[in-house]
Amino acid sequence: MINNIIFLSGFEVIKPDFGLIFWTVVAFGIFWFIMSRMAFGPIRDALKKREYDIQTALDESKKARQDMEKMNAENAQILAEAREQRAKILQEAKDTKNSIIKEAKEAAKLEAQKIVNAAQGEIESQKNAAMAEVKASAGNLALEIAEKVIRKELKSNPEQQSFANALASEMKLN
Amino acid sequence: MGRIFLVFLSVFMLSFSAIAEGKSDKFDPGATAFHHIADANVFSIGPWSIPLPCILYSKDSGWSFFSSSKFGIVGHHGDGHKAVDGYVLNAGSVNRVRPGQGFPTGEVELFSEQAYDEAAEGGHAMHPFKHKEIEVKELNDDGVEETKMEEITYFNYNGKDYTLDAKSTADGGLFGGGITSYYDFSLTKNVVAMLITVFLLMWMFISIAKAYKTREGKAPKGLQNFIEPIFVFIQDEVAKPFLGHHWERFLPFLMSLFFFILGLNLFGQIPFFGNANVTGNISVTLVLALFTFFVVNLNGNRNYWGHLIAMPGVPKWVLIILTPVELVGVIIKPITLMLRLFANITAGHMVMVIFVGLIFVFGQSGANAPVSYGTAIGSILLTMFMMAIELLVAFIQAFVFTILTASYIGAATEEAHH
Repeated sequence: MINNIIFLSGFEVIKPDFGLIFWTVVAFGIFWFIMSRMAFGPIRDALKKREYDIQTALDESKKARQDMEKMNAENAQILAEAREQRAKILQEAKDTKNSIIKEAKEAAKLEAQKIVNAAQGEIESQKNAAMAEVKASAGNLALEIAEKVIRKELKSNPEQQSFANALASEMKLN
Repeated sequence: MGRIFLVFLSVFMLSFSAIAEGKSDKFDPGATAFHHIADANVFSIGPWSIPLPCILYSKDSGWSFFSSSKFGIVGHHGDGHKAVDGYVLNAGSVNRVRPGQGFPTGEVELFSEQAYDEAAEGGHAMHPFKHKEIEVKELNDDGVEETKMEEITYFNYNGKDYTLDAKSTADGGLFGGGITSYYDFSLTKNVVAMLITVFLLMWMFISIAKAYKTREGKAPKGLQNFIEPIFVFIQDEVAKPFLGHHWERFLPFLMSLFFFILGLNLFGQIPFFGNANVTGNISVTLVLALFTFFVVNLNGNRNYWGHLIAMPGVPKWVLIILTPVELVGVIIKPITLMLRLFANITAGHMVMVIFVGLIFVFGQSGANAPVSYGTAIGSILLTMFMMAIELLVAFIQAFVFTILTASYIGAATEEAHH
């Protein structure tokens, strides 16, 4: 008989026991059912959520860092551009200043020339007028003197008369 | 450390003093090991036996509910000096007096407690339940009457021998069991150990799950921090690689398996506290393997069944051999799961008992005290070493069961890829 071949009559643990099978089904069944809903499921979800949160936080911080770097680069560029602009503006201002000064100088020169010219003309005309006046006065004076002399000489001496005439002719306007 | 060692030594001696008591008795290490790894209707803590509820059914007397304390447990063997409704307590296990022998029902005193104590003090422990081989005539498959030897357990009451029946087992007589006159649905030592473990695990994990809610967004702490690496290990190393995108659906089942097996493996290793060999009992591993079997095959997809019945890309004539092999494999897989866990844990428990049993083998059951104590030191060192290894085995076997289950589920739920 088979139980004489496999001599295990005292080896109780290898004989499936109806009671223990029943209770194991009950215990493991309840364990599985309750733990799925109240422990393993929620823990799994919590771990998954935490993993997601950590990953999201890491990604976000990485993105923020990249954004920051991008912004820094942009700032640097803007700054460089601003510097260039400033230099350009300064250069322009300098140029403008120079050109204004130059223009002003030229205008002033021109004006001065104009004034000088005008003054020169005035002087010339004044001189000419004065000369004319002097000539006229001198002529008159000479005439008066000559009249007086003539009147006196002529009355007396013809020689003197000729002398007076000589004088009158020598009186030349320079 | 020295003190712990002494405590170990003294409790070991106390626990096994039962064997040493009867100096004239021959110590049988095999039988002792078999007895210690078996299930029982009492829960032994050190040398004390805690009675457990008995739920018994027999066709002729119906259901019986009572505590195993009703048997009047005497000594350290877990023998009861009373019979209740035709049931007796033999070495911690309920047996039934084989019906048809005219044994009286109700509470019957088999022997007096006093007689037992006196025998123990006199150095000849009373063994009320004895074994013997008898000739049984029965018809074999061909209808021819043949004589065979049967080992029976019996006891003497009022000058008459009564044969005992063991409880019904589902081995179909293969391992010496089979259907007898009664069924035992009691809350046995293994059931109680299982319920305690399940309760502890539930309490632990539900409080951990709560911690994940109340401490959301914070780092884990305490028990939560202790369990999380184990949980994440099973999740990332077992569930995800084998199950692909199905991992979330099957994770609770895998976790339940792992922690149920681990918890029971570890619970059975607590010294002097029942030493319940739960995962080393084939009934338990059978149920766990059946759960795996159903989860695998109920979730098997078209691809899985297609590969089982007609492996694609294989010539037709090969299928004649391959298909039966594949179909047998469906059943073999859970059977290997069942046997692997059962054998590993049972072997561990047996080795412990046998190492301690060495004390009684070399010390001639206490007759040679110096050799007994000398062997005790050696065997305790060996036992402690084995306990350390068994601790490792507890984790490894729980892990192996889980990872194989995951791989079977993974194979059953895998999508076709061509």
